[in-house]
Amino acid sequence: MTATTLTAPLTKSGRVRPLAGLQQTFTMAWRSLVAVKHNPLELVDYSITPIMFVFLFTYVLGGQMAGSPEAYLRYALPGIIVQNTLFMTMYTAMALNTDLTKGVFDRLRSLPIARSAPLIGRITADLAKHLWALLLMIGLGLLLGFRVTGGFDGFLLGTLLVIVFAAAVSWSAVLIGMLAGDAEKVQAFAFTLIFPITFTSSAFVRVETMPGWLQAWSDVNPVTHLSDAFRGLLIGGPVAEPVLWSLVWAAGIALVFYPLAMRAYRAKT
Amino acid sequence: MTYAIEAEGLVKRFKETEALAGVDLGARQGSVLGLLGPNGAGKTTAVRIFATLLQPDAGRAQVAGHDVVRDAGIVRALVGLTGQYAAVDENLTGTENLLLIGRLLGLPRGEAKARARELLERFQLTDAAGRATKTYSGGMRRRLDLAASLVGRPSILFLDEPTTGLDPHSRGELWDLLRGLVADGATALLTTQYLNEADVLADDIVVIDKGRVIAEGTPDQLKSQVGGQVLQVRPLIAEELGRVHALVAQAAGAQTQIEGETVTAPVKDPELMPAVVRTLDREGIAVGELALRRSSLDEVFLALTGHRAEPEGEPEDDGGEPVREDTELERAVN
Repeated sequence: MTATTLTAPLTKSGRVRPLAGLQQTFTMAWRSLVAVKHNPLELVDYSITPIMFVFLFTYVLGGQMAGSPEAYLRYALPGIIVQNTLFMTMYTAMALNTDLTKGVFDRLRSLPIARSAPLIGRITADLAKHLWALLLMIGLGLLLGFRVTGGFDGFLLGTLLVIVFAAAVSWSAVLIGMLAGDAEKVQAFAFTLIFPITFTSSAFVRVETMPGWLQAWSDVNPVTHLSDAFRGLLIGGPVAEPVLWSLVWAAGIALVFYPLAMRAYRAKT
Repeated sequence: MTYAIEAEGLVKRFKETEALAGVDLGARQGSVLGLLGPNGAGKTTAVRIFATLLQPDAGRAQVAGHDVVRDAGIVRALVGLTGQYAAVDENLTGTENLLLIGRLLGLPRGEAKARARELLERFQLTDAAGRATKTYSGGMRRRLDLAASLVGRPSILFLDEPTTGLDPHSRGELWDLLRGLVADGATALLTTQYLNEADVLADDIVVIDKGRVIAEGTPDQLKSQVGGQVLQVRPLIAEELGRVHALVAQAAGAQTQIEGETVTAPVKDPELMPAVVRTLDREGIAVGELALRRSSLDEVFLALTGHRAEPEGEPEDDGGEPVREDTELERAVN
């Protein structure tokens, strides 16, 4: 039978070899990245929107918030990046949802490949897009007057922290993508959830300016911790506590959503 | 006899609905088995079980002697699946879609590229190879989807309503491609609501309705098994169609029908034709055409299931299956 030539990535018992599984994951990641070429809208999601956020926050709000756009940018840029990162995790949910509803997962599952490859490949590719948007926003920030005074180490660690946090949140995106009826619902859900969470944090304003009851929430809000940690790492300052809390939150989110997401993924694909 | 595709007592339930209620079927090596049935009959469920996308609740399904549950990995390496929905990535080009499958199957980059080129040429998609597939027509998508299922040179193919929603021209093109594949020695399970499709492509046919097999055999056997022959009468003057229908129904019974400008009735008694001729003569009705023909699969289907096959039906939804957007028509239009 000619098909026997095909069993290469499989062991005799029909299991996928680990190395083959890894290669399949990279292939799936390639697929998610190369699609950007033919879908200019994605470029908007990952480039234009982040750029727009930086400009709007800096020049519209900056003067009133901090006396000058540049002064506000120095405070808010890390928070703008954190918010944008959280919004972007929902693109993962939308893309997975589209694959599910359009039958792409059926085709993939009928192939002798590792079951996790489509999922991990998508998340890997999307983390690369997160990194791209993050670098784009920092680059633009530098042009507009932001200064990375925390040193190159601080920049690297801060970037790593944001990406790790995004990876954890991605599992909630996987769950939403699997459960939502269609991609529009994903978007509606994301806005109603992520908007209030990001705005009730220290991402854009100092928590001390909020009413007491709101401060109680803002102080535990993961977005506050992540924004403080990223800001501290970029511009220098005390970071041990916010970094620790960011990691605790990331671990907690992953611990809750990873098993739920995997169960939904296995049930739906 | 060795079957390349075989099921025994296959049962699948979705909540309250029993999509498959004990289905037995077998496709001989190198043959095409047509799985025929109306919407919701369980065709898609059966294909999804064979393609390892669903697990049966009871019974057994084998592909090339491998159990689809126990040896799912091996089965996946042997089969190609073309679903009802053209499962191609809309944001990739034709080439990239095929390259993706080739790389996932472990082909080295160069080989995957060569295979993609070869398939695109065979399916007349070379000109569109560099375009994102969202710009493709419905027929082009189906061809690409079929090509994608062939990247790994599978010896066994599952084609789930491959031509649903296509215009007649695209359907004809796809038929030619399928015939070519089978001529190369592949075994195929083809589900369809189009009776003429099964008639044209299948060596054997299994008719299922409500999750049960209600008939099986070659197209010829099925046609002669049910009804045998059909009497066709076309009055010279179209206005007399109703009168002719009434007269023929008197002699032939309730299954007498009007199809276009012709009255048709199943022939159970050899005396029917002479009787009809005498009656029409007595009533002074001029006859434009009077003929006996073998019943079509359409009529077989009607006789077996008590309802007509729906030629332009919605994509099948088997009860608890994930409900998907009905983009079929939209795609066919594009």
